[in-house]
Amino acid sequence: MQFFFEVLIGGLLAGVMYSLVALGFVLIYKASGVFNFAQGAMVFFAALTMVGFTELGAPFWLAVALSLVAMVILAFLTERVVLRPLVNQPQITLFMATIGLTFFIEGVAQLSWGAQVRALDLGIADEPIEWISLNTGMSISKFDLVASGIAAVLVAVLAVFFNKTRVGRALRAVADDHQAALAVGISLQRIWVTVWIVAGFVALVTGMLWGARNGVQFALTFLALKALPVLILGGFESVAGAIVGGLIVGASEKLAEVYLAKYVGGGGIESWFPYVLALLFLLVRPEGLFGEKHIDRV
Amino acid sequence: MLYREAGQFRTTYAEDQQLFPIRQDRIVAILFLLFAFLVVPIASVMPGLDRMIDFQYWYSGVLIPFLIFALAALGLNILTGYAGQLSLGTAAFMAVGAFAAYNLELRLPGIPMLASFILAGVIAALVGIVFGLPSLRIKGFYLAVATLAAQFFVVWALQKFGWFSNYSTSGVITSQKLVIFGYAFDTPMKRYLLVLAIVALMALAAKNMVRSSIGRAWMAVRDMDVAAAVVGIPIMKTKLLAFAISSFYCGVAGALYAFAYLGTVEPEGFNLDLSFRVLFMIIIGGMGSILGSFLGAAFIVLLPIFLDLSAGSIERGFGLALPSGLVSNLTLIIFGALIVFFLVVEPLGLARIWQIAKEKLRLWPFPH
Repeated sequence: MQFFFEVLIGGLLAGVMYSLVALGFVLIYKASGVFNFAQGAMVFFAALTMVGFTELGAPFWLAVALSLVAMVILAFLTERVVLRPLVNQPQITLFMATIGLTFFIEGVAQLSWGAQVRALDLGIADEPIEWISLNTGMSISKFDLVASGIAAVLVAVLAVFFNKTRVGRALRAVADDHQAALAVGISLQRIWVTVWIVAGFVALVTGMLWGARNGVQFALTFLALKALPVLILGGFESVAGAIVGGLIVGASEKLAEVYLAKYVGGGGIESWFPYVLALLFLLVRPEGLFGEKHIDRV
Repeated sequence: MLYREAGQFRTTYAEDQQLFPIRQDRIVAILFLLFAFLVVPIASVMPGLDRMIDFQYWYSGVLIPFLIFALAALGLNILTGYAGQLSLGTAAFMAVGAFAAYNLELRLPGIPMLASFILAGVIAALVGIVFGLPSLRIKGFYLAVATLAAQFFVVWALQKFGWFSNYSTSGVITSQKLVIFGYAFDTPMKRYLLVLAIVALMALAAKNMVRSSIGRAWMAVRDMDVAAAVVGIPIMKTKLLAFAISSFYCGVAGALYAFAYLGTVEPEGFNLDLSFRVLFMIIIGGMGSILGSFLGAAFIVLLPIFLDLSAGSIERGFGLALPSGLVSNLTLIIFGALIVFFLVVEPLGLARIWQIAKEKLRLWPFPH
């Protein structure tokens, strides 16, 4: 039983990291209806830029600030070059445009900073907390706890931003109805830039946490794929859904790896289990746990 | 002047329903097939010419992959372009085809190669139907994620269960010798002709299919499924049929990929990148267009070769050695930029450009 809880908690904490990636998707989807496949590439780009500046000798906070500037520039460019010319195109076209964007960002990132794996040290040790392992016998990493703390703060800040600020309300208005938002004088372009900047910021935080854990490397771009089942479970439009979905995916894939793998012939089911889980879930609730209910026929 | 259908009256139903109703189109199509089937092979065995052009490279490095990818793009185009079901699992269905053909040849001695290709396609179609089942409940991005499940699951299963690869290490299979009716396709030229014949047949079949009742049902479902259901199109059957036929095409393409192109394949080779490549082919070529599948495949196959060549000539021209990472990253950047460019400038792809050119050509040289 103790082992079960250890796996469960480890999975939940890993799930927090998935949630962070999914959060970036949700933000952009909410505000512009664009399914941004490039989020994974943005995570990679942000982390790589941050490490790159640190290697050039910049102190930690300066490097973070500079990477944030890079993400802002990226947001402006994306809006100007990709989104604006594609206004009113079907969602699927925009989705494919972001796949193109993914390749572009990956190329630029590796071209400017090189392709080798970098270590990123945030100063948080990835070791079990003594107090917990002494009292309960479970080993829970300090790093994971800090990461989930950061995620919690991030979600709280975003919730306040979306619900209480003027820009946040404008974002929600745009998400509801582009034309109505335009009619009351909200600038679509500004909103899109804002939301891409926020997504870029989330990508930077995600990239730093994942990078500290696994090294800053190309594999970070695959995070986008891990986030998809999370989105499906949680619903595309819900920040809370992204968090809960991430937790479910994280916990279930670890539990499946430990308890189910032996029935299907050995390890490695982590790679597809979340997708199948999401698939089964879709058959029951096509809009996800917290997604907006659409009444349509398929 | 050259391209004008004025005066071509169609007086019978048969004439009205032919594949290429305009005479000039017919002539171009026949000339193109003649060129591909006769001129290219004859040129390649002509003495002297092979000193100027490296035909072996053209066959096995350009033409065969182009044809095979065109076939896979055709399959995806049927599903995504015609039936409107976004799929990111093309490579998985290709993998099923490749491994099915290998296992059929391995475990059923004496089975004709063509039969095993067709059966491989059928097996891929069955897998396609299974992973197409979610499409009855969901659409759009959600469906794309469902097909991603196919992508990861198939590659995992092929690696995990040794039976599929006859217990070779890490799932690598080496395809059997390509022998059909006792005739060995052992040179690049022979393989090219075989692939060309299969692809040409299947492309004509696809062109025929998309204008038939089933093709029109696909397009109706793509454009508005509720309306399609209202006019009496069975949605379930139509969607699953789209998945089955699309996967059949991808399966045959996968079998050819293993048998006629690479010879040795592993499950990891059929990864998500390959799926994306095929997806780009139909985006750039044109969704919902048979011709577009070929144009897109040509573009995606030729672009890296072209970039490599130009990088090589830059290196030689300026006498400097480019870092190896530079070219591959530049390829990525150009790739991504081109996709965005195409979506912005011509969302309907190269096939649409060709159509516009045709309309211009009809009026040429007197535009009034």
